[in-house]
Amino acid sequence: MTQVLERPVALTAPHARTKRKRLGLGKPIPYGRALGPLLLIVVWSAASATGALDPRILSAPWTVLQTGIELTRSGKLPESVLMSLQRAALGFLFGAVAGTALAIAAGLSRIGEALIDGTVQVKRAIPSLGLIPLLILWLGIGEPFKVVVIALGVAVIMYLQTYTALTGIDSRYVELAEVVGLSRAQFIRKVVFPGALPGFFLGLRLGVTGSWLFLIVLEQINATSGIGYLMFQAQNYGQTDVIIVGLVVYGLFGFLSDAVLRLVERRALSWRRTLSG
Amino acid sequence: MATHAVRVSGLVRSFGDRNVLDGLDLAIAPGEFVAILGRSGSGKSTLLKAVAGLDYDVTGDGDIAVAGEIAVAFQDSRLLPWLRVVDNVELGVRPGRGTAALAEVGLEGRERAWPSELSGGEQQRVALARCLVREPRVLLADEPFGALDALTRIRMHDLLRELCAKHQPAVLLVTHDVDEAIELADRVVVLHEGRIGLDVPAHDADRTHLLRALGIGVAA
Repeated sequence: MTQVLERPVALTAPHARTKRKRLGLGKPIPYGRALGPLLLIVVWSAASATGALDPRILSAPWTVLQTGIELTRSGKLPESVLMSLQRAALGFLFGAVAGTALAIAAGLSRIGEALIDGTVQVKRAIPSLGLIPLLILWLGIGEPFKVVVIALGVAVIMYLQTYTALTGIDSRYVELAEVVGLSRAQFIRKVVFPGALPGFFLGLRLGVTGSWLFLIVLEQINATSGIGYLMFQAQNYGQTDVIIVGLVVYGLFGFLSDAVLRLVERRALSWRRTLSG
Repeated sequence: MATHAVRVSGLVRSFGDRNVLDGLDLAIAPGEFVAILGRSGSGKSTLLKAVAGLDYDVTGDGDIAVAGEIAVAFQDSRLLPWLRVVDNVELGVRPGRGTAALAEVGLEGRERAWPSELSGGEQQRVALARCLVREPRVLLADEPFGALDALTRIRMHDLLRELCAKHQPAVLLVTHDVDEAIELADRVVVLHEGRIGLDVPAHDADRTHLLRALGIGVAA
């Protein structure tokens, strides 16, 4: 439906040939977004092949690929990936559930709001990573500690988005609910929750990105397994190829998790599809 | 059975120290169609909100008695975008009658559509269907056709007249359109400074006279 006329037809005078200058950006280049990264890889390859790029600074792309394959064959990479995935997934799961539960409690009752919102806002002012020293004293440096740090960070993100969405329901819809005589339960089920769903999904997407961020930091401070640990060791031995493999894996994690959430979002918010085209 | 569908007496509504409604009295008989005209700020919408029971943050006084179920048609169709059309119609009532109500407003077969897939006129029809399923004794309408184009508005007028003839609710229609008021209503009421400035049967209503009551001088 969004077909754009290439050449605006001048209706005023049939012989007028003046073509109006188009101020918009015009048609997007197909797969245009892949061009930049591809160019980067080409430059990188050329620099490595000609010897302009010292392998100690940055390994050649083919060395990275080879290392990736070797690490996969030896089982080292899959093992690390699984470890990292488990941490991030558990932290994200607990954080998302806790953040959503708190947001619902605070968003749907004044008492909940009074007790929870202020507390979370205080917590929000303290970066989750700042809690690491205290949490190490309490939990040690094992897996529970890592999962808790990730969960705390994700919970705050989830809370903020979901709470804002729950309390930001259009007052016109509230008026409508009153006019048609909805009960409080019906109001929450038919108006508040579906209306807050876009904000909830935004929270999920920001939360999953946050969980990767916390994971990376945690795995580089004090871990004995995982992708971050692999990269940290590589740093000690000057293996830039292994570091790049780790970065690519982190990148894939972030990209794939966001893609999955976007797919779920599209399904859940199908009423919106008609608006966004 | 009450002799009036709506009875408002001594109604005062204030925002700050300004009395928007200042001792207003109005009675509407069952099945009667009353159009309220008034300049902006004359208190039309305030009156409607008061009758609908939607005025929380205003101070005021006076009595409002309404016999039976009220339905409200807003200026915007106010459909919930995340509910399908039929679920919007059946919002707050037992499911089952939505399809019939949609057929009555000429939207059979569109039950499963999303509101955003409908045109402005169709959305307003759905809003009318949502009023219908409640079988209201009183229909309150706040400029329900204000946002529609002229052609769609004419068709909506016909539809509303037809539906009112069939279901016989008392109607309180707020509008800024003098012609719409004369065409649809049994009685035309002009609000002036928070009270009723003019109250005439629609068949006696004279356009020039009404416009003058609204403060618009028309060269005769």
